[in-house]
Amino acid sequence: MDCVPRTMLEKIWHQHEVIPESADTPAVLYIDLHLIHEVTSPQAFAVLGERGLSVRRPELTLATLDHSTPTRTEQIFGGAPIAIESAARQIRALERNCALYGVELLGLKSEQRGIVHVIGPELGATQPGKTIVCGDSHTSTHGALGALAFGIGTTEVGHVLATQSLLQRKPKSLAINVEQRLQPGVTAKDLILWIISRIGVSGGTGHVIEYRGAGVRALDMEERMTVCNMSIEAGARAGMIAPDETTYAYLAGRPRAPRGLDWERALARWRALPTDADAHFDREVAIDAAAVEPMITYGTNPGMVIPITGRIPERANDAAFDHALAYMGFEAGAKLMDKSVNVVFLGSCTNGRLSDLRAAASVLRGRKIAPGVQMLVVPGSQAVKRAAEAEGLHAVFMEAGAEWRESGCSMCLGMNGDLVAKGDYSLSTSNRNFEGRQGVGARTLLASPLTAAASAVRGRVTDPREILN
Amino acid sequence: MEPIRILRSRTVVLSAANIDTDQIIPARFLTTTTRDGLGQHLFADWRYDVAGAPRSDFILNSAGARNCRILVAGRNFGCGSSREHAPWALLDYGFRAVISTQIADIFRSNALKNGLLPVVVDAATASWLFEHPGAEVSIDLPTATLALPGRAPLTFPLETFARSLLVNGIDELGFLIERDAQIGAFERRQTTA
Repeated sequence: MDCVPRTMLEKIWHQHEVIPESADTPAVLYIDLHLIHEVTSPQAFAVLGERGLSVRRPELTLATLDHSTPTRTEQIFGGAPIAIESAARQIRALERNCALYGVELLGLKSEQRGIVHVIGPELGATQPGKTIVCGDSHTSTHGALGALAFGIGTTEVGHVLATQSLLQRKPKSLAINVEQRLQPGVTAKDLILWIISRIGVSGGTGHVIEYRGAGVRALDMEERMTVCNMSIEAGARAGMIAPDETTYAYLAGRPRAPRGLDWERALARWRALPTDADAHFDREVAIDAAAVEPMITYGTNPGMVIPITGRIPERANDAAFDHALAYMGFEAGAKLMDKSVNVVFLGSCTNGRLSDLRAAASVLRGRKIAPGVQMLVVPGSQAVKRAAEAEGLHAVFMEAGAEWRESGCSMCLGMNGDLVAKGDYSLSTSNRNFEGRQGVGARTLLASPLTAAASAVRGRVTDPREILN
Repeated sequence: MEPIRILRSRTVVLSAANIDTDQIIPARFLTTTTRDGLGQHLFADWRYDVAGAPRSDFILNSAGARNCRILVAGRNFGCGSSREHAPWALLDYGFRAVISTQIADIFRSNALKNGLLPVVVDAATASWLFEHPGAEVSIDLPTATLALPGRAPLTFPLETFARSLLVNGIDELGFLIERDAQIGAFERRQTTA
């Protein structure tokens, strides 16, 4: 038994080493939960077929439909054809593959369907200490519960289906120490955008981030998910937060969480996971949560971000910067506040949970969205949708003039036909403002649900603190 | 996967930093169930105008870029989405290597699994490559060296394991399947723990 203090990453890694890494070969790392969806799995199942392989642990594999899946009720429940034929084929392929290989699919009409990173925690399938992978870069979300969770490509999806294992080199560790608390009107989304503005879009490359400190402890479970979700936007392999009473209170009683004696045993294991005092991180960064302001992006990656009251920076001799501003139709030195907005998107694996919808509804209650603005509200899962409807949030959104849809990834990446028109400005609670992400020529401004709702009301970029006060 | 030993080609340069996988292949082309034919969509929104005609100002549409198999790109190439469609599209188009000062983690992993070489170089080498678009360069995989015309060859980081898989055209799945007994033993330890 060695007594060297270890990080949570090292503990989880060590517990899942089938074969440790050596100078010559990566580790064989065992995977506890494999989440799959329609877009990055068909080519992996095809490899199983070609090689005559089966799924090694179907009971550790969970499939859902989210990425290219429609959000229009009539296409999910009403028998109307799925508008995009290639998307319909992809959905049928996942249904067929899951039936063939014995994998559980939370299908089109399932009450448990939703965005893969929303349903994992919601069902209690995501648990502290687990290794979790999915063919999607936002798998980092699950790290909020103290799991080691990271995105993989389709070839690796095939590896996990066939062997429940991956060949991996142990990543480096990066501690982000968040002290103090967020101010009113400032959200977890603003915090992670602030962090990305500090460390850059490739600042986390090769690292797993552990978010630590009083500012992180003070976040509720869904806020923690928002933070971990965008770790990949800083280039990190994964983001994680040590489990604590907030985590256990969130998990207790969820359908796939352990029960009874198993729960007590699990708790004992989970309590041993947090990073030991004096454990060494390869890098550490300090963040003051009290200094964070509502943040908004002005460019074409999430690192091009400023406080909402700020001005777009000026950068000489930077062709990519100039290109990004030309794409966005903005000028260096200009303010974003009061810029017109055409579309507001509330949803995604970043900000499509119940607390996000509640925050937006708190702004929209009794108000109308501005004429000419289209607002789309897409719950992160069918469970989120039901819970929102039970407390009347859907009525708040619809009375304000927004559209209320079925769950899915929707306008975050526009695969299902929920698109922003060329040249239009979209104020979006999603995670990526890349060129064309929400539609060819679409211009995306990333911000929090509060900022999105406030801006929908005014039809212009609005500091939510103006409306909340 | 085809074995690779030596790759010699002229370069195409896209010097912008942070070229994300949404640019390499936009999401609307991912509603496919195969990995074939994605090269036609490579850099679609930079390569074609809204009417689908090639944009004359985009480097891949220039005569000099034809048949180039090595892409030189700015820092943090391949960031963003984990879509393996990005290396599939680059390979289907004809590229066999990407040279940059930094390559995003998931893209790098996906590239290696498909025989697209990720070559990470220092800033001075990248600057030289940016200033000499179309340079005839050569990559020797068994020794992990990059040779630029008129300059001393330099080595690039590529671990021996990945190198041997690429040189021999073997994939990781075979390696993992051969570890079936150890995986089984791990599973038994887990259930009895």
